[in-house]
Amino acid sequence: MTDTTSGEIPRKSLTQTLQLDTRLLGMIGAFVVICLVFHVLTGQRFLTPRNIFTLTIQTVSVAIMATGMVFVIVTRHIDLSVGSLLAVCSAVMALVQVWVMPQLLGLGIGHPATAPLAILAGLVVGASIGAFNGWLVGYLTIPAFIVTLGGLLVWRNVAWYLTSGQTLGPLDPNFQLFGGINGTIGVTASWIVGALAVAAALWFMASARRKKAGHGFAVKPLWAEAVMMALVSGLILGFVAILNAYQVPAARLERVFAARGETMPEGYTEGYGLPISVLVLVAVAVAMTVVARRTRFGRYIFATGGNPEAAALSGINTRLLTVKIFALMGALCALSAVVASARAANHANDIGTLDELRVIAAAVIGGTALSGGVGTIYGAILGALIMQSLQSGMAMVGVESPFQNIVVGSVLVFAVLIDIIYRKRSGALK
Amino acid sequence: MTPLVEMRDIALSFGGVKAIDHVTVDLYPGEVVGLLGHNGAGKSTLIKCLSGAYQMDSGQIFIEGQPVTINNPRDARAHNIETIYQTLALADNLDAASNLFLGRELVSAGGFVDDDRMEAETRRIMARLNPNFRKFNVPVSALSGGQRQSVAIARAVYFNAKILIMDEPTAALGPHETRMVAELIAELKRQGLGIFLISHDIHDVMALCDRVSVMKNGKLVGTERVTDVTEDDILGMIILGKKP
Repeated sequence: MTDTTSGEIPRKSLTQTLQLDTRLLGMIGAFVVICLVFHVLTGQRFLTPRNIFTLTIQTVSVAIMATGMVFVIVTRHIDLSVGSLLAVCSAVMALVQVWVMPQLLGLGIGHPATAPLAILAGLVVGASIGAFNGWLVGYLTIPAFIVTLGGLLVWRNVAWYLTSGQTLGPLDPNFQLFGGINGTIGVTASWIVGALAVAAALWFMASARRKKAGHGFAVKPLWAEAVMMALVSGLILGFVAILNAYQVPAARLERVFAARGETMPEGYTEGYGLPISVLVLVAVAVAMTVVARRTRFGRYIFATGGNPEAAALSGINTRLLTVKIFALMGALCALSAVVASARAANHANDIGTLDELRVIAAAVIGGTALSGGVGTIYGAILGALIMQSLQSGMAMVGVESPFQNIVVGSVLVFAVLIDIIYRKRSGALK
Repeated sequence: MTPLVEMRDIALSFGGVKAIDHVTVDLYPGEVVGLLGHNGAGKSTLIKCLSGAYQMDSGQIFIEGQPVTINNPRDARAHNIETIYQTLALADNLDAASNLFLGRELVSAGGFVDDDRMEAETRRIMARLNPNFRKFNVPVSALSGGQRQSVAIARAVYFNAKILIMDEPTAALGPHETRMVAELIAELKRQGLGIFLISHDIHDVMALCDRVSVMKNGKLVGTERVTDVTEDDILGMIILGKKP
């Protein structure tokens, strides 16, 4: 068992020293180019706090589902039913808010238990439908494509039936806090959250380094670690600063003061800060990344995607694993439904239509390979952000609707082509 | 002396085809038993009943004299049965440590997978099995055939196997690597492991094994000590299905 490449390692490039994923860098590069181009085309309207704020909250719903889609695609499955699942969850949650709680249980509008119970109901429904899909795929071995293609029709129309096709609203005021602009935590709290996030990131990077050094492994040079830490801190705080810079309109502030029976002081301003929906996405992203990298469940997902037979021979129950993955996907659809319906302030019959395509595209543009075994959570979120930037950038420029979709569709195909070329070059694909 | 493994009267059919037709084989500690036969003779199928990949229709398995039930690979592992498959059964997208510990990950106090500790353990065992191995942080798809083989072997050896199943361990290897596998088998034998070696290379089997069991068309032709028979005798058993 010889090792033919045990010779001296060649000099490392900058990206290797920093241990940065070159694929990620490429995506960030593409994203930056898209933003700059639109910034010029829109006459400097694209990269403003206001538009960045809007872009962020528009991305959340698809991004949450895309993290789950990564696991589904990594295990060589697909889920075409996410948009319909979102609609069912949204319908159930809306029914809890406008019918079950106020009328059936007689608790009236705006009861404090309404939002938590609605969300809980949505999560249970989403996870259950997901688990059922997973059971059909894992245990009855029906291809996921077929199960979820059927599900696309079935669940969309279950949602329709549940609500008789009506728009349900207005949703509970507390529930609406998850929608984006109606639920932000303000400037001070945003800075505190940002500072905590920076502290957590730095602590995590330092402890990872200490652990590696403790085992006697090679660690990156201290300056490289410092550069990475500065980069991460800068990104987090920069993001908070931008969202804080978006000012609440004066008229709106006046209304808030008037509602409290006060008058607004002259020259008073207030920034929006971080939307709760973005915090939800951040929490989902962190949790899903930890699951992917640091839990057995995540390890088995990637092992099964890489070689299902080997995973089974290693004693992994790949059928149950499939059920869990689809159940998780369903629960994330429910979470997306919270954000999407709260943002609209009501449940409409067409909520989540075509989301399956956006979600799959986000995961795939983010580097998730349909052949299985490869994919990252941060990639999928960046993929969702790129798609949304394209879409709203074109809308701002005034590109006609059909051309918007033509461009987005073409970008998806092109992105996958680039990915194939990249993998061939880097030797990851044979 | 009680055999380490006794597979008694094992039968398994796929559809109407009798893949294994009431076969009995056994294995003692510190012994290497070769399973010989043509492709399709049933040797891999028989051994997959022991490794938990297949479930037999009838028959019994005894480990150190005790009857056991093996329904899946986890059961087999619980009885210290480790298998090196011909296909190696590696997840190509994961690194050596993740493959070595697949299904038995080391976890930290918080229940999280401890990659650093697994890598340290992998480096330790690889230093013994294949001192030239360096590629700890790349997917195993980037490894050579020999390197991949050493990962598969390390996985079987690391967990204190008592019974080792090797399915064509040298099929994909060059002469130098084949010699290393032979040395490893001799070493494991000294440590008291029992090894089932599946092969269709008679020279290999004569050199490495203590006894051979020959199968043909799902039936056991016979079991002989290698010192009692010639290569021609074994060839006769494989081809004609007759005892010497």
